[in-house]
Amino acid sequence: MYKYTIKRILLMIPTLAGAAILIFGLMRLIPGDICELRMAGEGAWVDPQAIEDCRNNLGLNDPFIVQFWDFVWGYVVFDLGPSMWTGKPITTEIALRFQLSMEIAILATITGVVIAIPLGTISAIKQNTWIDYVVRSFSIAGIAMPSFWLGIIIILGLLISTQHMFGEPWMPPIEYIPIWVDPGQNLLQLIWPAIATGYRYSAVATRMTRSALLEVLREDYIRTARAKGLIEKLIINRHALKNSMLPVVTIVGIEFAFLMGGLVVTEQVFNLNGLGKLFVESVLNHDFSLTQALVMLVALIFVVTNFIVDLIYAMLDPRIRYS
Amino acid sequence: MSAATETPNIQDADLDTLLDRRSTWEKSKNLARKNPLGAFGFGIVVLMAFMALFADVITTYDPEDISFGDMLVTPGWDFLLGTDQLGRDIFTRIVYGARTALLVGITASVVGAFIGLVLGVASAYFGGTFDLLFQRVMDVFMAFPLIILALAIVSIFGGGVDKVILAITIPFIPRCARVVRSNALAIREIPYVDAARAMGFSHSRIILRHMVPNVMAPFLIMITAFVGQAILTEASLSYLGMGVQEPTPAWGLMLQGGAEEYAESAPWVPIFPGLAITLAVFGFNLFGDSVRDTLDPRLRSQ
Repeated sequence: MYKYTIKRILLMIPTLAGAAILIFGLMRLIPGDICELRMAGEGAWVDPQAIEDCRNNLGLNDPFIVQFWDFVWGYVVFDLGPSMWTGKPITTEIALRFQLSMEIAILATITGVVIAIPLGTISAIKQNTWIDYVVRSFSIAGIAMPSFWLGIIIILGLLISTQHMFGEPWMPPIEYIPIWVDPGQNLLQLIWPAIATGYRYSAVATRMTRSALLEVLREDYIRTARAKGLIEKLIINRHALKNSMLPVVTIVGIEFAFLMGGLVVTEQVFNLNGLGKLFVESVLNHDFSLTQALVMLVALIFVVTNFIVDLIYAMLDPRIRYS
Repeated sequence: MSAATETPNIQDADLDTLLDRRSTWEKSKNLARKNPLGAFGFGIVVLMAFMALFADVITTYDPEDISFGDMLVTPGWDFLLGTDQLGRDIFTRIVYGARTALLVGITASVVGAFIGLVLGVASAYFGGTFDLLFQRVMDVFMAFPLIILALAIVSIFGGGVDKVILAITIPFIPRCARVVRSNALAIREIPYVDAARAMGFSHSRIILRHMVPNVMAPFLIMITAFVGQAILTEASLSYLGMGVQEPTPAWGLMLQGGAEEYAESAPWVPIFPGLAITLAVFGFNLFGDSVRDTLDPRLRSQ
C-alpha cells in the first residue's frame, strides 16, 4: 500500500505540471495581451500608462519563465496575486466562496448517492420488469436534462407551490447563511441547488450500481449462497452489494470532480455567490488572472479526487496494489 | 462460365432468403421491435433533423423578428408555444434552434472524434516514448471537466457559433483518443500490421488504410455518444451568455436573460426550450446506446 501510494503521488506531478503549462499557455494565446483586451476591449480609449501599470502589476513584462514560476509558486504559498477586476487578492476571493460551493457539492453527492444505490439495486433485482424500465428512464432523463433547466423548474415549482400553500411566493434566500449560524436555514437554502446538480449525479451512479450488481449476481458464490438456502435479502445486502460497490465508488469520485463543472451553471440559476459564479464572472469580465487561477484550482481538485478514489479502490481491491 | 450468370436459375424464393429482399420498411420495423428505446431515440434524431432542414417551411415566423406588440403572449393558435419577452414566437425559435444545436453538436463530435481517432491510432502504432508522452498529454486535458475547459477556451476566443464548436471539439479529442488507442493496441498485435510493414508501406498508409478502418466501431460509438453531450454543453455555454450570441436562435440562449424572471407569470418561456434540450439529448443518448449495442456486443448493457 505504501509503495502504491508513493507511486500514485509521483504520477500526479506530471499531470499537474502539464495542466499548469496548458492553462498558462492558453492564457498567453490571447491576441494582444490581457491588459489591453481587458481595458480597451470595447474600443474605448485608455491611457497607455494605465495599461503599462496593469502589465507591471501582473508581471506581464517579465520573461515567460518568470511568469510561469510565479504562477506555480503562487499555488505553493497561497498567494495568487490580485484579481484584475476587483483588485482584491485572488486567494481572498476564492476563500470567501469556497465553503458555499463545497457545501453544495457535498450535499449534491449525498443526494445523488442516497437516491442512486437503492434505485440501482431495485432496478437490478427486478431486471426487465416495469420497475426496471421506470428506473432506467429516470436515469437516462437525468443525464439528458440540463441542470440549469432543472434549477429553473425547481424555482418555478417552489414559487407556485408556496403561493398555493402560504398565499405568497417564497424563494430560497440569495445571501449565503453559513451552517453554524443557522443549520436549518442553511439546508433550506442549499438543498435546491444540490438537488438540481445531484440529479445528474444520481443518474450516472444508478446506472453504475445496476450494471455492477447485475454482474456480481451472476457470480458462482451468489449461486452457492442461494443453494445453501440463504434468504435473498441477506444475499443482496451482505454478499452482492459489497462487491458491486467498487465501480460505484469510482464513479462517485469521478463525478465529484465533475460537480465543479455542474456548479458553474447551477450557482448562476440560484444566484448563489460561489466559485462557479465567480468563474463565470471572471470570464465575462476578462479577468484572466482569476480565470487562470480558478481553472487550475479545478484541475487540482480533479487530480486530488482521482488520487483519493484510486487509494480507496486499492484499499478495497488488493489486486490493484500488487499489479 | 462464371457463377454469376447461373444465379437467375435459382428459385426466386431461395434468392429472397439469400439476399434478404424484405423491404427497408419491414427491416426497420423488425429492428424497432427488437430495440424500442433505440428506435424512439432515432425517431427524435430524425424529427430534429427534419426541423433543422425544413425550418422555414414548418413555421412562417422569423425567429429574429422582435415585436413589442406581442410580448409574452400565452400559447394559443397564433403562437403555438407563446412568445418571449421580446415578442418572438417560441415555437419558431425552437425549430430554428434545432439548426444551431445540430450544427454545433454534429460538427464538434465528428471533428473531435476524427482527430482523436487519428491521434489515438498513431499513439498505439508508434508505441514507446511517443505513446507514453501522448498519454500524459491526454491525462492533462482530461483533468478538466468538459464545461470548464470549454469556458476557458471561450474566454480567450470569445463567443459565437464557430468559437463554441472549437471550444467543444478540443475537450472531445482526448476522450476519443483514449478509447480508440486501447482498441488500436489490440489491432497492432494482429500479424497483418507486421505484414504491411514488411511490405514497406509508409507509417501514414498503415495507420490510415490498415488500422483506422478496424477501429471504426469504437469511433462511431464515440461520435454518437458525443453529440448529446455537445448539445448539452452548447446549451450551458449559451445559457451563461458565453456561447451562441443573440439574435441567433439557440435553446440555451432562450433560457438566458430573464427566463427565470418571467418564470411565474409566463412559465412557457423557460419550460419549452428546456424541454427541447432534454428531448434532443435524450434522443441522441438512446440512439447512441443502441448504436453501441449493435456495433459492440461486448459493451451491451444488461
